[in-house]
Amino acid sequence: MATDQRIAAIDTAAARMRAWEIAAEVPDPEVPVLTIGDLGVLRDVRLMEDGTVEVDITPTYTGCPAMSVFTMDIETALLKAGFPSVRIKTVLSPAWTTDWLSDEAREKLRAYGIAPPAGKASRRALFGDDEVACPRCGSLATEKVSEFGSTACKALWRCTACAEPFDYFKCH
Amino acid sequence: MTSDLFTYTLRLADDAAILGQRLGEWCGHAPTLEEDIGLANVALDHIGQARNLYSYAGEVEGAGRDEDQLCFLRKEREFGNCLLVEQPNGDFAQTIARQLFFSAFMLPFWRKLTGSRDETLAAIAAKAEKEAAYHLRHSGEWTIRLGDGTAESRARMQDAIDLLWPYTGELFEVDGVVERLVADGIAVDPETIRDEWHATLRRVCDEATLTLPPVGWMQSGGRSGRHSESFGHLLSEMQYMQRAYPGMRW
Repeated sequence: MATDQRIAAIDTAAARMRAWEIAAEVPDPEVPVLTIGDLGVLRDVRLMEDGTVEVDITPTYTGCPAMSVFTMDIETALLKAGFPSVRIKTVLSPAWTTDWLSDEAREKLRAYGIAPPAGKASRRALFGDDEVACPRCGSLATEKVSEFGSTACKALWRCTACAEPFDYFKCH
Repeated sequence: MTSDLFTYTLRLADDAAILGQRLGEWCGHAPTLEEDIGLANVALDHIGQARNLYSYAGEVEGAGRDEDQLCFLRKEREFGNCLLVEQPNGDFAQTIARQLFFSAFMLPFWRKLTGSRDETLAAIAAKAEKEAAYHLRHSGEWTIRLGDGTAESRARMQDAIDLLWPYTGELFEVDGVVERLVADGIAVDPETIRDEWHATLRRVCDEATLTLPPVGWMQSGGRSGRHSESFGHLLSEMQYMQRAYPGMRW
């Protein structure tokens, strides 16, 4: 390989890495403490020969309205950073799961006042609830108010120890 | 073969879209704020599933139709959804019974479809299965709460179950399209989930002190485009934007 080809290859790898970092930093419009990198929504970033950045994202819930905002925000962020064009693809498989949330992401959620998903997202029993700790006081004396919360990914809960109502990021 | 896959995918898309549209009618009208949000969330899941399925159907068809054209520019007789999902919301009990019957079927259905030889259907199913689990819990818990509730709520819940029961037979209908796709390992044979479906309903109804009607005469027609009277009204509202402003995009 000629030297200039080698330099070009290194440049491409570096540019791809930079594109990945920029895309990964895009915040979730509905849970702004998490980025799409934290969520695992960002699946792949490729740099095409013509300089186009191709980004793979996966939806959390199939009807999640945040997806179109993600798409717009990723495109804007990459164009602003100087990439000439951006193409965003939605991939469905493997299906997104809250198991992809890192410990750091879970802690960010808790600090923000949202109880992080409790346990692993295995196939669940028809009835019966997760054990959810209150994000404010840590008590396990909590109860579900509604299976569905302000967004598709959350449920409404309340703490019977400190009386705080809170969002629970559902195990999914 | 391709046309079988198109028809099959389109029926699944129509089921999801029409139920999503019906549930969306509750937005701003549900009994409590939490329930308003809950029903809208369930509607959103169905609409999301419909979008994926319509897009894939359009791809399979290869005639350049996208999700919007398939959902908003087809006529009544071209829709292949089952009659159950198009039934009017009625009172809250009827909405819950419709959801219970449908979700109790769709949860094992999606689970089996994850094993489909068609990778796209399997991927859509893997996501939809998780969502269906919530829908079943939600409608199951309400059925129990209303059935094992006051005399009024119990009577209404039982009426809703009796009213909608004859629409459940269609969930298990098998025609040439399904038969051929089952043989190819693409579709789910609905007969393989009948026992689980029935056991789920029995469990919920027992706890709700409600009676599940015996299997008798069942309504039919939706899969071949023969719909209830109310369906035309539903379409006229759902398709208004594309009819008034053809080709309009968000």
